Amino acid sequence: MAIYEKKQERKAPSSTKGVTFWIRENLFSTPLNVALTLLGVMILFWIVPPFVKWAYINANFAGTTREDCVSGGACWVFIRMKIDMFMYGFYPSELRWRVNSVYGLFFVLIAAFKYLKSPLVKIALAHVYFIVGFFLVHGGFFGMEAVPTDKWGGLMLTIMVAAVGIVAAFPIGVLLALGRASHLPIIKSISVTYIEFIRGVPLITILFMSSIILPLFFPEGMSFDKLLRALIGIAMFEAAYIAENIRGGLQSIPKGQYEAADAIGLSYWQKMFLVILPQALKVAIPNLVGVSIALFQDTTLVLIIGLFDLLAMVRLSAADSYWLGYETEGYVFVTFIFWFFCYSMSNFSQKLEKRFNTNLR
Amino acid sequence: MLALLRNQKIRGIIFQLLTVIGLVAFLWYIGANTVANIEQRGIQTGFGFLDGTAGFGIDQSPISYTEENTHGRVFIVGLLNTIIIAFVGIICATIVGLIIGILRLSSNWLIAKLAKAYIDFFRNIPLLLQILFWYNVVLRAMPNPKQSFNFFDTIFINNRGLYFPLPEYNTTFFMILASLFCALIASFALNTWANRRKIATGQDFIVFPFAIGMFILFPILAYFLGGAHLNFSFPELAGFNFKGGKTLSPEFLALTFALTIYTATFIAEAVRSGIEAVSHGQKEAAVSMGFSPYQSLKLVVLPQAIRIAIPPIINQYLNLIKNSSLATAVGYPEIVTVFAGTSLNQVGQAIEIISMTMLVYLIISLVVSALLNWFNHKMKIQER
Repeated sequence: MAIYEKKQERKAPSSTKGVTFWIRENLFSTPLNVALTLLGVMILFWIVPPFVKWAYINANFAGTTREDCVSGGACWVFIRMKIDMFMYGFYPSELRWRVNSVYGLFFVLIAAFKYLKSPLVKIALAHVYFIVGFFLVHGGFFGMEAVPTDKWGGLMLTIMVAAVGIVAAFPIGVLLALGRASHLPIIKSISVTYIEFIRGVPLITILFMSSIILPLFFPEGMSFDKLLRALIGIAMFEAAYIAENIRGGLQSIPKGQYEAADAIGLSYWQKMFLVILPQALKVAIPNLVGVSIALFQDTTLVLIIGLFDLLAMVRLSAADSYWLGYETEGYVFVTFIFWFFCYSMSNFSQKLEKRFNTNLR
Repeated sequence: MLALLRNQKIRGIIFQLLTVIGLVAFLWYIGANTVANIEQRGIQTGFGFLDGTAGFGIDQSPISYTEENTHGRVFIVGLLNTIIIAFVGIICATIVGLIIGILRLSSNWLIAKLAKAYIDFFRNIPLLLQILFWYNVVLRAMPNPKQSFNFFDTIFINNRGLYFPLPEYNTTFFMILASLFCALIASFALNTWANRRKIATGQDFIVFPFAIGMFILFPILAYFLGGAHLNFSFPELAGFNFKGGKTLSPEFLALTFALTIYTATFIAEAVRSGIEAVSHGQKEAAVSMGFSPYQSLKLVVLPQAIRIAIPPIINQYLNLIKNSSLATAVGYPEIVTVFAGTSLNQVGQAIEIISMTMLVYLIISLVVSALLNWFNHKMKIQER
């Protein structure tokens, strides 16, 4: 009987592993790939070093005046001097703690959501948060000094418009989605008309409508605040998009679920709110985050109807005769802020999508 | 009576009736208030204002326009400018989007990552911010006309826009235009014929070289037939500005760049997900049938990928058309800027003007959706 000795295992040939293999396989496998890699390196070389040089190496961080920006790079002093304007607009500086505490309360709310189970309590708490937030920011109650909405601005206004827009549009969107999925012909046609109309026109025309035509719709004495008019327009606009995404969720629910709910004798609203919507919303959530990203980007449009959101504040500050010529720094700064928010949200939605996917299987 | 209320059908009817009554009451309330407000403020009504003199100039107009023209003419100029920017934007965004989407799937690690970085960066920045950035930062930093960037004395870029030569509209020019059109139609006809023959006899006929040949040969023939008089008007520095040729204004450029770059990210994602959605088994099946990579791409992957990718791409076209309304932030004279902006300020008839503007976008959206539905119907997999 032959005895086979176990041979020493050989290492994989160096040409199929390691850094050099990876580089050859991923960067230089064909002539076309070599050309593409060179092109990519050129693009990187063309963009990254000049930008780093401008934004960091040659940049000016210290100082308080225009004269401190001498080295030819970016003048971040401009941003530092104007940061309060970018964050709060014309909100009086001694009252800014009120805005900050609303930000702080948001984290309290999130923490509370982690520990609370009942969705009803959560919804109630969110409502309380919005009401308290409004009282805190607006003031005029309980001896707090009132800050009229035309003093609101900057990032604070951007976040507020986006948050209030989504929250106000959501219930309308749910109703519209249910209406569109309904068997009642009149309800269905009203919902379809509304959704398709809103989705067919640009947000800017709706903002024009809500800021110019809306005051005509109501009696003389009733006057709406400029910010409120913009919010009405944004909520109207966003509701249609939310409805379309929820409709996608509704369509993914198997018919058996409806029939089962009917079979145990649930009413229409019980069926929808206890059985169908919880499942449909779960499917729709990644897309709804997408809608939120789009809305967050769209809030910049309010500058066209004369509100001072973050972008508008930056434009205004760059037009300040003392700081003339530092527009680029301002735009780079806003770009970074918007990018940061939107990118985090889109990463969040991708994570949600993955999590919900495994749950379904 | 109670039994009636429990009947589902009757409840449905009652519920709808209540909704309709509520809606009508609301509209009635709004209508009455509007009429009262309009009377009180002395705003005129009706579409008579369309015949009134506009009295303001528009610096870019595809049709002749002067200050003495009517608001109706302003509407048309705005509409045409919207169509121009939408058309240019869609073409550029499609090209860039396709390229980025394909690069995103490249086996080259660096290129794939760069394409991903492009998508992740630009789709997360508000379009309005991008438009303002191109307009206020990039294009304003261009030199003045005397020091403009000069490409072979034919193309110039400065802070007043981009200048390039334009052929004069004479017989030769139109003949060449017509010949290109003929080549297009002939290529389509040839392709149809080749397909029919292939189905009938199984014989291959490679159309591509013939099509290229026609696109080269036809214009050359047309050039000589049309009298060989192709004159270009070149931009030239005269005084403080350029004369001759064609000018693209900074507003137009900023808008085109921003719309292209922003929409291309979404188109690239649609292309990528379309190609990735074709199951791996399909590609393996194609390889095992002995298809060449080109054949597998053309006959197996692309037909399925296109079916998935086209609907979201057309939706992006719609978004681009609607987003072109942001032109009002830089003052490119499209419909929202000149009609819902300047005309509205002069006439004050907000209801009529904004309804007309909305109607334009609605009609465009409906037409594009109808096209999309037609396409979906046509591309539906024929199941037995």
